[in-house]
Amino acid sequence: MARIVVLCAHPQLEHSRVTHALARAAAGRDLPQVEVRDLYALYPDYLIDVATEQSALADAQLVVWLHPVHWYGMTPLLKLWADDVLAFGWAYGPGGTALRGKDLWLVTSTGGSAEAYRPDGLNRYFFDAFLPPYEQTAQLVGMRFLPPLVLHGAHRVGDAALNDHVQTFVSRLASYPDWPEIEDIAPCDVREVPAIDRPAEAD
Amino acid sequence: MDHGTTWLTTSLIYLAAAVLAVPLARALGLGSIIGYLVAGIVIGPWGLALVTDAQTILTVAEFGVVLMLFLVGLELEPSRLWAMRRPIFGWGSVQVISSALLMTAAGVAFGVAWPVALAASLGLAMSSTAIGLAVLAERNVQPTAAGQGVLGVMLFQDVAAIPILALLPLLPVAAQQATAATAGSGWLTAAKAVAVIAALLIGGRLALRPSLRWIARSRTPEIFTAASLLLVVATAALMHAVGLSMALGAFLAGVLLAESEYRRELETDLEPFKGLLLGLFFIAVGMSIDFAVVLAQPGLVALIVLGFVAVKAVVLVAMARTMNVPLAERPLFAILLAQGGEFGFVVFQASAQAGVIDATAASLLVAAVAISMLVTPLALVIVDRFVTPRLASRGAPKLDEIDQPQREAVIIAGFGRYGQIVGRLLLANGMQPTVLDHDSEQIEAVRRFGWRAFYGDATRLDLLRVAGAAEARVLVVAIDDVAQSLALVDLAREHFPQLTLVARARNVQHWYQLNERGVAHIERETFDAALMSARSVLEALGFERHQARNLALRFRRHNLEQLQESAPHFRDESRLIAMSKIGRQQMEQFMADERARKDSRRQASGWAGAASDEAGDR
Repeated sequence: MARIVVLCAHPQLEHSRVTHALARAAAGRDLPQVEVRDLYALYPDYLIDVATEQSALADAQLVVWLHPVHWYGMTPLLKLWADDVLAFGWAYGPGGTALRGKDLWLVTSTGGSAEAYRPDGLNRYFFDAFLPPYEQTAQLVGMRFLPPLVLHGAHRVGDAALNDHVQTFVSRLASYPDWPEIEDIAPCDVREVPAIDRPAEAD
Repeated sequence: MDHGTTWLTTSLIYLAAAVLAVPLARALGLGSIIGYLVAGIVIGPWGLALVTDAQTILTVAEFGVVLMLFLVGLELEPSRLWAMRRPIFGWGSVQVISSALLMTAAGVAFGVAWPVALAASLGLAMSSTAIGLAVLAERNVQPTAAGQGVLGVMLFQDVAAIPILALLPLLPVAAQQATAATAGSGWLTAAKAVAVIAALLIGGRLALRPSLRWIARSRTPEIFTAASLLLVVATAALMHAVGLSMALGAFLAGVLLAESEYRRELETDLEPFKGLLLGLFFIAVGMSIDFAVVLAQPGLVALIVLGFVAVKAVVLVAMARTMNVPLAERPLFAILLAQGGEFGFVVFQASAQAGVIDATAASLLVAAVAISMLVTPLALVIVDRFVTPRLASRGAPKLDEIDQPQREAVIIAGFGRYGQIVGRLLLANGMQPTVLDHDSEQIEAVRRFGWRAFYGDATRLDLLRVAGAAEARVLVVAIDDVAQSLALVDLAREHFPQLTLVARARNVQHWYQLNERGVAHIERETFDAALMSARSVLEALGFERHQARNLALRFRRHNLEQLQESAPHFRDESRLIAMSKIGRQQMEQFMADERARKDSRRQASGWAGAASDEAGDR
């Protein structure tokens, strides 16, 4: 069974309905191949143990980023995790091949409804417009970016809808890597950037 | 032998005796006082007879007692002294008067003339301030109920010495050689005494601090030391001149300076003098035991010692019960006050001079008191080994002690600086912890701020139950004393396994011991504060604040990892030292690697640049 690491990053898990339910379901006994790493519980002082995090990913085939959308992006500790753990020479750059061939799956939720993520809505863009940084991060470290699982209107979602969402998440985790659409996604096309194209240091 | 050589030889003998005997006694678990006393006996006229003038030495060494009381005074602000007026005058007078009356009655019953019995009893009612306070300091129990009781009674005895000395010449004279002492001079002495104390209090308040300030401004440390000594000597001399207790005068001077800004400086300056002179005093007591008298009538001396100690002990045990001294502290209280004291020597001498008792009786009494002083530290050792542990585990609830069952989620044991911070954070978030502390003053103080605080020894099972340990979820072990802290942890783990223990470690050894007992949440009390200071240092040296933070936090994590690694070997000192050396090297290597990695990335221009766009600039 392919090993899965779920990186859960919610700064106020005590107020969370969706992320909390998803994380708990993923940690359930019927998913022994899944390891849930609650980043805010592991690093309440924002001091990420890079070596531990890197070794946790070593034999994982799928890495899940589970977080609510805050300011159109990931929560700060997950961003810090990316800054620290996806290190030069480990995740990218010379010898940085530790994550190559693995999959990255974004599982997230927004407070705004689906209608709010439209050109005529409050957020003015479709939600897809906020995904390129994720996709390109996966691309740079050689991971395949799987289609995200997004729940809109997380504050108002009913118990039944939330339950369906959790079930979808669990069945996806359980059936990975045998997802119907996965065949159609090409493996990550790793490209070495020519040295001359590398932008100068922006210090 | 010329003067210089005598001085050299004498110092040589005393210092060598002390240096040999005290560590030996401490190694045997007997405490330093026994060491000094035995050293005194060995070098004294009845031992190797290296020194014969015990009396001269005793006079010099008495100054150690004077210095000690000055230092005790420094610890007591006038407000606290005022708060202690009841224990001092109330319990002090109960102790002196009832002991003296009972002993007089016993003496008369054995056929001793009443004036002799009364004079002897007044002398025997005194307790050794030197031993008492030295023991309190050695065991760090001054703030406990027993410690405060002992201090209060001893202070009263020092005050009582004045009227007692004034009273002696008024007693009917046994023999015919009555001295010129008259009733009139007694009253005159008392009047002079009051006048001098008043002058000392007023003069001290007005003049002491300004003059110390003036001296301190000269910025010559040894002159400040000299001034400290001069201050004590002058006060003592003044008191002595009017026939008052020198120690009492020094005590008052100390109290007057307790609130001054020079308190700490005076303390550190005088501490070594006090220690050495006090040692000398104990040596002199050891030397002054007249074994000739003891050997002539060993049975009588033993009877006197046992008799007076027993009578005083009965009075003291009754007092301790009424004063609500915790059961486990009662033996200390009774033993420290039941012994005779150096002031008894003075009383007997004065009585002999006044002709109330004859010289033989006086030296018999002096020997009895000295022997009781010699036996006291031994008795304490025995009580510590066999009695106190048993008393500590039982005993009836006392006044002010927790009695209503509590059921809060958190219990904080030990509510000093550490426990209070824990408690305040909880309170700020709407939780009211149950607080236990064995310091009644502390409890009184924090209760005024609305804390649900209770007086009691947290290492007692019944108290923990009443505090709600069976229902609580978290027990915060914030006790100062390492042994008590470990005892509480053992107790909690055995009887309340559901409790999460959060412990304060005084130091690394304590951390190891807590860790060994399976306590998961241990914080070394100074570690994080010191790390914050280290951060400030890095910042002051120009490090970016966030970098300083990262370095400190990484250091912290590394340090904790090393502590965990070395924990299984904490009893093996050599292994521990070796591991800590390796650990330090690893730490340095780790930090150096990190620096090197940062620098190299800085120079690898291309990818670092990519990082600044893609992965963020780090």
